[in-house]
Amino acid sequence: MVILRPYGDTTGDGMVQVSFTLPMAHSKIAEGAAAQLASKMGIDPALVVHAKPMGPDFTFFVVYGRVNHLVDTSKVEVVERDYPLLSPKEVNLAIRKGLRRRLVVVGGCIGTDAHTVGIDAILNIKGFAGEKGLEYYRELRVVNLGAQVSVPQLVERARAERADAILVSQVVTQRDAHLTNTKEMSAAFRESYPAAERPLLIVGGPRFDERMAGELGVDRVFVRGTTPGEVASYLTDQLVTRRATRQEVPA
Amino acid sequence: MAKRSSTGGKLQLDPVTVRKARTLARRVGKPVVELATKHTTVSVERATLRLAGLSGADPDGIPWVNRLLDATRGDVGIEHGIALPVWDALVRGEADDLPTLAEKASAGSVRFRVPEGRDLTRARSAARTQVGAGVRRMDARRRERERLVKRLGDPDHKPWIYLIVATGDIYEDMPQAQQAAREGADIIAVIRSTGQSLLDYVPEGATREGFAGTYATQENFRLMRAALDESSRELGRYVRLTNYASGLCMPEIAALAGLERLDMMLNDSMYGILFRDINPVRTFVDQRFSRQVHARAGIVINTGEDNYLTTADAVEAAHTVTVSQLLNEYFAKEAGLEDWQLGLGHAFEIDPEVPDSFRMELAHAMLARDLFPNAPLKWMPPTRHMTGDVFRGYLLDAFFNLAGMMTGQSILLVGMMTEAVVTPWLSDRDLALQNVRYVMNAAGSLHEDFHPSPDGFIAERARQVLAESIDLLERILAHHGSTGLLDAIADGTFGLMKRPADAGRGLDGVAVKAPGYFNPATDILEAARW
Repeated sequence: MVILRPYGDTTGDGMVQVSFTLPMAHSKIAEGAAAQLASKMGIDPALVVHAKPMGPDFTFFVVYGRVNHLVDTSKVEVVERDYPLLSPKEVNLAIRKGLRRRLVVVGGCIGTDAHTVGIDAILNIKGFAGEKGLEYYRELRVVNLGAQVSVPQLVERARAERADAILVSQVVTQRDAHLTNTKEMSAAFRESYPAAERPLLIVGGPRFDERMAGELGVDRVFVRGTTPGEVASYLTDQLVTRRATRQEVPA
Repeated sequence: MAKRSSTGGKLQLDPVTVRKARTLARRVGKPVVELATKHTTVSVERATLRLAGLSGADPDGIPWVNRLLDATRGDVGIEHGIALPVWDALVRGEADDLPTLAEKASAGSVRFRVPEGRDLTRARSAARTQVGAGVRRMDARRRERERLVKRLGDPDHKPWIYLIVATGDIYEDMPQAQQAAREGADIIAVIRSTGQSLLDYVPEGATREGFAGTYATQENFRLMRAALDESSRELGRYVRLTNYASGLCMPEIAALAGLERLDMMLNDSMYGILFRDINPVRTFVDQRFSRQVHARAGIVINTGEDNYLTTADAVEAAHTVTVSQLLNEYFAKEAGLEDWQLGLGHAFEIDPEVPDSFRMELAHAMLARDLFPNAPLKWMPPTRHMTGDVFRGYLLDAFFNLAGMMTGQSILLVGMMTEAVVTPWLSDRDLALQNVRYVMNAAGSLHEDFHPSPDGFIAERARQVLAESIDLLERILAHHGSTGLLDAIADGTFGLMKRPADAGRGLDGVAVKAPGYFNPATDILEAARW
């Protein structure tokens, strides 16, 4: 167990900085209101270091101060990586030996979402964070359907391509569209495939919670900062390594 | 716009090389224009009906232009143009006006035919009169803008400040846009709902529900323009309004923009193909018509080169931006647009970790400025390397602003430090505008003093990008087949997206024109090459 406080410039000083807007004209009362909010957030003493009127009805504040909260790292819940991180070479080798064919990945943005940044970062050869995308992996066959793919289109294409894995990216979160779209997608795959043949379902996007996989009906949720290498390693682990050890291959 | 000849730019580009680049762009573009003139699309034909004054929708929300077009198409196709069968039906007395005809047609009680002989002459003349009245309405809106600009004036600074509003609800957008104008925005862009580009109809009426944006509808255009007219009077400067003529309905949206006095429209020759997987032929046909409309309506187009750099590397792909700018220029001029209407785009998207990234940004921005000295260039902020570290993002935006000032950009889209985090908060916009104002105040005229050394890094990099652009244009021309550009698009030359000419959305709405094809709108727009 490790107990921590935020660090400003001295161990244990608990210093944080926040900024926010209050919908009121700038005045001494407004600054007092900002200090009151900060104090209710556990910042005490709160230093309102900056207050700026934005038009007649709003004021922007920057507040520094000490928080009285402690953080207990032993109580933090995260999804730890439960698969080995492989290099592209290792991924290719594992698939070639374990699967003896190319692994097929079908990806896209479903619903009205037109933000392909996420799916492109993972799939396009260009990649992300210095890692090449999945298209770069010789043993992966990538079908990137791009933006605004409907769920039926996705299922149909998955069947046609004999997909091993489905990668769906969701960026737009207005009215929780990312959650409803994902549930619709996973339900559709469950409906049209027998359980044993269903492709691996993976969803990713900046506003997902990685603990929600079960609720969303997918096999894995990837969040902000996920790199193509992590996705490729996960695919290999699930579809090659574990499949080989778990399932008896019928003669 | 500063008056400079293309040879007198700060980079002292070789005029022969520049001429060569333009010649190549023309050779690449020409077959595509020829292809476009041989086809029509459902959206071009519906835009013609809209110019003739048909608007509104049936109780299911399907616009009457779609209803009428679908009924007509079922009988005679669109290859003769919608005007002949429709005005033939009107002349025959099937209905008194277009709305009644649309209603009867969608109920299945009108049979359409392609008229011949005297009937043909009468249908043509009736169509020309009615569509001509629509074009004159557009002309009146253009004169109205010119009057307002004369009376209220343009912004007193360059670049013009461009801010985005996107709530999904037009009644929220209006006060937000007015507030943004008060805070210093010269141009307001209302981002569209993400689903709209793939709708094969234009929604009707004022809308309050959209995803990450607000639907482009004629009524929303009217409401927002009225709100900004109010702001313009309040602020004593003409505040411009921007929307998107893109997606499957770009000709119709262009016509609506002309009729409702929008001032700028995003309108790129290849964006829909590459980023929305819209069929290339559909796009080029729709593009040409919408640009003809924009030319006539006095609308400034904004092209979308910035998008290439969000998927491809901004250093390696710098020349694809230049090539696209040259092509956009060719297509725009062919459609009748003038230099002052060419808001060619480019963006500050080089990875900040790359050494000399700022010098390269300056080189690229200055290359665009020197190649298109009289175009109102649109300078787009960093998005790709905005990481969620808002502090670093704020610094990057300041450098973006500085590059804009140093290279004399014309339209500056204000960058948000919360790019990639949230849709901008009130405070984000305020901070972003402070950033712009500080840089503008501190370094607004720096471009007058900034003359990169002719054999220095910046000039050298600009020459290299121009050379790579010429190489790429030559490679596109070398593609076999009559339209090398379509092949180049098919094999992923731009933005790494592969888009074959016989695939993509909206292909079923394309038809080869039959002999005797008639479209009064095109005839009028093409006759008036002023």
